Amino acid sequence: MVLSTGVVLSTGTITITEERVVPLRSSEDVVRLRQVVREQAVALKFSLVDQTKVVTAASELARNTVIYGKGGDAHVSLLLNGGKHGLRLRFVDQGPGIADVELAMKDGYTSGGGLGLGLGGAKRLSDDIKIVTGPAGTSISITKWKPF
Amino acid sequence: MAQTDSQGLAKILIEQEQQLVAEWMANLMSTSSSAAGDVRLADQCTHLLRSLRQAVLTGQTRNIQGGEWAEVRQLLTEICYTRARQGATPRETAIFVFALKQALFSRLRESVADPALLAAQTLLVSNVLDELGLFTIEVYQKGREEVIARQQQEMLELSTPVVQLWDDILALPLIGTLDSARTQVVMESLLQKIVETGASIAIVDITGVPTVDTLVAQHLLKTVAAARLMGADCIISGIRPQIAQTIVHLGVDLEDVVTKATLADAFAVALRKSGAAITRAATAR
Ligand SMILES: Nc1ncnc2c1ncn2[C@@H]1O[C@H](COP(=O)(O)OP(=O)(O)OP(=O)(O)O)[C@@H](O)[C@H]1O
Ligand SMILES: [Mg+2]
Repeated sequence: MVLSTGVVLSTGTITITEERVVPLRSSEDVVRLRQVVREQAVALKFSLVDQTKVVTAASELARNTVIYGKGGDAHVSLLLNGGKHGLRLRFVDQGPGIADVELAMKDGYTSGGGLGLGLGGAKRLSDDIKIVTGPAGTSISITKWKPF
Repeated sequence: MAQTDSQGLAKILIEQEQQLVAEWMANLMSTSSSAAGDVRLADQCTHLLRSLRQAVLTGQTRNIQGGEWAEVRQLLTEICYTRARQGATPRETAIFVFALKQALFSRLRESVADPALLAAQTLLVSNVLDELGLFTIEVYQKGREEVIARQQQEMLELSTPVVQLWDDILALPLIGTLDSARTQVVMESLLQKIVETGASIAIVDITGVPTVDTLVAQHLLKTVAAARLMGADCIISGIRPQIAQTIVHLGVDLEDVVTKATLADAFAVALRKSGAAITRAATAR
């Protein structure tokens, strides 16, 4: 796990104040990531509902990274936008990519044996989702802001 | 050159065995408390020193992974495993080897007069014992991992009790994360118990499950379906408000499943379904 504190990056008005990388290779790693995300959400004083939402979204995307992306990393960042705090989670893998993103986002679509609800669910559980995918891998990031 | 270095080292290992063991043990006693209590320490040291000498005699001192070093590795592995089980730290385990290094250095200083030879042999001892030190850490790590794996396995078995609440009412209180291995065990033990007891209602309580994602939901749905095939209805209880909201956002359809907020609610429903009722006894005070 890489942990760097201090200002890592500034994009516009959003500042990343801290970023850690959690490896995702197995289902135990998914459990570990959930713990890290929960810790961060608690530290940011997210409500219990928001904690649960962001942890669950993290669980979905992390498992996809392990199963379909053949393993990768999660980047957990704390965000600051003006006085607003948030959590950004970015899941990166070097897997085969998602052939049809629109189809993959559809509820009920699965190429494995899942319920096909993970991607759509992660979108609904967070404030924002960004998917970049291609034959060289996939990067999916979600953001959850703490309401004022 | 390398060959004569190892011959020279082997010679010291033979001729000064007793001093080496004594110094080695003295070093150990002064640094590591766990070694001091081990009655087999002298045996272990002598034994290891002899197999070390055999390995050094082969002249293969650059790599300790080969067959020449098999016996040394075997001995070290046993020692490390015992230490790890007794709760020694990795540091204490590695010190077992590094304490020998100090003893060998002091023997070399006394026995080898030629500075060039002394330098060469010191380097040789350093390389070999550093490798062996690293080896003990690897072994230690593996030993700990096995302990953890065993404890996890024990927990799997411990934490999935199916309890009979009433004649034909079972309850399965789930606690912890539902990784796939465990969920399999849980599901099987519930189905097994349904067969054994002929229960008609099974309550699966998820109060103790921190995260309900699509994988957990799928496992729950599968369990409900399988129980139904065996003639038992399932009630899922312990759905906390935040979990309920998350399930809705995920889009998981629990319409066909009876759900209750608490295990008590579920039990009341189950009793009613099985024709029993709880009434307050109208006893006189
Ligand atoms: N990182 C990824 N790399 C490649 N393909 C992916 C990745 N993530 C998702 N997919 C594809 O998108 C599909 C839909 O993903 P989604 O998470 O919605 O459903 P699922 O994982 O199949 O089932 P569920 O998440 O409900 O258990 C997957 O079946 C897979 O084909
Ligand atoms: Mg998924």
